[in-house]
Amino acid sequence: MKTICLYFQIHQPFRLKRYRFFDIGSDHYYYDDFNNEAIISRIAERSYIPAIQAIHEMIEQSGQKFKVAFSISGTALEQMEIYAPEVIENLRTLVKTGCVEFLAETYAHSLSSLYDEDEFKRQVVMHSQKISSLFGQMPVVFRNTELIYSDEIGQKVAEMGFKGIIVEGAKHILGWKSPNYVYSCVAAPKLKMLMRNFRFSDDISFRFSNRNWDNYPLTADKYIDWIAKTPESEPLVNLFMNFDTFGEMHTQESGIFEFLKALPGCADRRGITFKTPSEVVSSLDAVDSIYVTYPISWADEERDTSAWLGNRLQKDAVSKLYSVGERVRLSRDRRLMQDWIYLQSSDHFYYMSTKHSSDGAVHSHFSPYDSPFDAFTNYMNVLGDFIDRVKAQYPDSIDNEELNALLQTINNQDNKINELEKELRKLKTPKKKVAKEG
Amino acid sequence: MFGWEFPPHILGGLGTASYGLTRGMTQCGDMEITFVIPKPWGDEDRSFLRIIGANCTPIAWREHDYDYVKQRVGHCMDPQEYYDLRNHIYADFNYMHTNELGCMEFSGRYPDNLLEEINNYSIVAGVIARTYPFDVIHSHDWLTYPAGIHAKQVTGKPLVIHVHATDFDRSRGNVNPQVFAIEKDGMDKADHIITVSDLTRRTVIEKYHISPDKVTTVHNAVEPISSEIEGIEPKRNTKDKVVTFLGRITMQKGPEYFVEAAHLVLKRTKNVRFVMAGSGDKMNEMIRLASARGIADRFHFTGFLKGKQVYEMLKSSDVYIMPSVSEPFGISPLEAMQVGVPSIISLQSGCAEILSNVIKIDYWDIEAMADAIYSIVTYPAMYEHLKIEGKNEVDQIVWEKAGKKVIDIYKKVLGWN
Repeated sequence: MKTICLYFQIHQPFRLKRYRFFDIGSDHYYYDDFNNEAIISRIAERSYIPAIQAIHEMIEQSGQKFKVAFSISGTALEQMEIYAPEVIENLRTLVKTGCVEFLAETYAHSLSSLYDEDEFKRQVVMHSQKISSLFGQMPVVFRNTELIYSDEIGQKVAEMGFKGIIVEGAKHILGWKSPNYVYSCVAAPKLKMLMRNFRFSDDISFRFSNRNWDNYPLTADKYIDWIAKTPESEPLVNLFMNFDTFGEMHTQESGIFEFLKALPGCADRRGITFKTPSEVVSSLDAVDSIYVTYPISWADEERDTSAWLGNRLQKDAVSKLYSVGERVRLSRDRRLMQDWIYLQSSDHFYYMSTKHSSDGAVHSHFSPYDSPFDAFTNYMNVLGDFIDRVKAQYPDSIDNEELNALLQTINNQDNKINELEKELRKLKTPKKKVAKEG
Repeated sequence: MFGWEFPPHILGGLGTASYGLTRGMTQCGDMEITFVIPKPWGDEDRSFLRIIGANCTPIAWREHDYDYVKQRVGHCMDPQEYYDLRNHIYADFNYMHTNELGCMEFSGRYPDNLLEEINNYSIVAGVIARTYPFDVIHSHDWLTYPAGIHAKQVTGKPLVIHVHATDFDRSRGNVNPQVFAIEKDGMDKADHIITVSDLTRRTVIEKYHISPDKVTTVHNAVEPISSEIEGIEPKRNTKDKVVTFLGRITMQKGPEYFVEAAHLVLKRTKNVRFVMAGSGDKMNEMIRLASARGIADRFHFTGFLKGKQVYEMLKSSDVYIMPSVSEPFGISPLEAMQVGVPSIISLQSGCAEILSNVIKIDYWDIEAMADAIYSIVTYPAMYEHLKIEGKNEVDQIVWEKAGKKVIDIYKKVLGWN
């Protein structure tokens, strides 16, 4: 019996406003509220809300057999809370069906897994807490930013107690192996890997409304037929995609929602079931382990990290950002901590990509900037101001260790004072009693 | 081909482009080019084309022996050619002002009596067109359109005109009606029009009302830099970063936006110096503006630079900026990129259409301009990226490709394919 595992990604960054260098030091608000609101409202209306409602219907009509998983970044959740709370409401209702699972990820959809281990762990915990407070669920399967994965990351994730991880079924990693099995991480054999089947996933997310595609139009019947025709021994097909595939990438008029709604019925007729990632992890055994020495992702044809770290500009911006990580985490300033999270979203670096600058394809499509240079300049100006604020809190002349020790001392002193005060109170009270008695 | 300038004696970008294009075309093979200029000096590179001087072409019959002719014109043409040309005088031009050889004098520059010189040039064109066999007439810029039209009338051969600039670019809209008339006449009578950018192409279509299917863009390219220039050691005796504007200081080049952007940058950082290299009718105004903004101590004027000085200036710069209000193509950012200088150009320049490793801004957006300057001088990654990738990119822009496109246009007007 075959199983389809569906997972959708929702992410929105806090896009930065136009921030000129002469704003450095005088303006500490970095975000383009107008644009952020416009984008999330548009996508919520055109994609998230109708798609969630469609899924809700599907679950009910299939008698709880249809199941999906979501991975929603913390920044997207925050934006929804501010600008589109109805999406959160709809998701909450959806959760009550019991057929929905939430995955863990980094709060900011960040690249911290590649640069800053402490930050990575902190953000994953932060995100899990956010999910549990909103939806009452503690994630057990992990999904890294844009499916960035390497053995090292797998190990870290396993150490944090996750049972499974979502990984791109990249050809250069799998070789002759099929993505339609469960594998395990070579560095942490207990961590199960779910490999994205990029062919079937991209059929929906990229090719669905492409009229030049020889399989256009794609019907649910035909699609499920393809899945049913995969070798019988292969138990699993992982379909992972962006949630805005429905309604935004492919408009409602393309018939994408009808396609989605027809999937459970077609699958049922062929005896194909649906499972959430955690169900897959607990029901299927790993057939082999996979080595991934260099980080992979689901982006572009190369399936590597070059979309975010492909040129000097990107590398410089990222390393400059994480150079202050340790120091920021010592801070207790809430606004500083919030900016620290927002500035980490991988999108900021994606906009700086020069990979396709000659043919101006995918990257520029999503970018609010005219050019990668514009994106870099704007980000660096903001980062310049942010770093100045970090330095203003703790002077540059003290190194991190010393600072840590000092903070520790202050902290200890606080504790000590509290203790002593308590003792003082204790000592004072009986005295009074004695006085009274006397 | 009719041109007005040819290296090494050039006054603007026209000569450089003429040289590059003809060289690129001969590299494609099977080309024979006769290039007419008003006044050759004799030291032009003739290895790949024939150069005819309009001032060496007789329009009135004079008897002279071979030695005398050789003494007079030998430095720039074979005396035999003088006799060949003399055999093709088609009318009695004795009423014109000629010298003892029967030739007219040309300045080869842009004198006050330019219109008269243009007219004389087209008289000479009639003689040359009758003398040499050719298939296509190619006229560079409005100065030579009348000559091209004349040659077309004489021989019936197709005329291609090459628009390196229009009067709309030079005047910010205040067009000289005489110049406009000459340009319009040339475009109407041409069989095909080549423009140096899509920007210029739009001007030709919209302002001169030319049918779009008659106008094709062939972007300019740039000659690889010579080893002599490569070897120039830049003088960097200052710890400051240098931002350079290089070109004629005229309304068209937008110098005032550069001064204003400099003012913004200097409000925040002190380790930057700004250089305005070149001369022009706006220079004094710019000097006044810089001192009015209180940045004269950081803003320098060099006056006109030539030859090697240009590259010395470029090589000691950290940023090159061209904030042109309207630039048909603009070759100078490409030259800056060749020597590894990050460039900022206005979106209103033709070269912005083909360059991607530069920063592009609207000429009027001084905040964006200041931000771009600040970014390059402050963030080493930005500087490095533009320096390296910019050079890689510009090294791919060669005249041979442009020459190929021009040859394809010839074939089209000749009906050869």
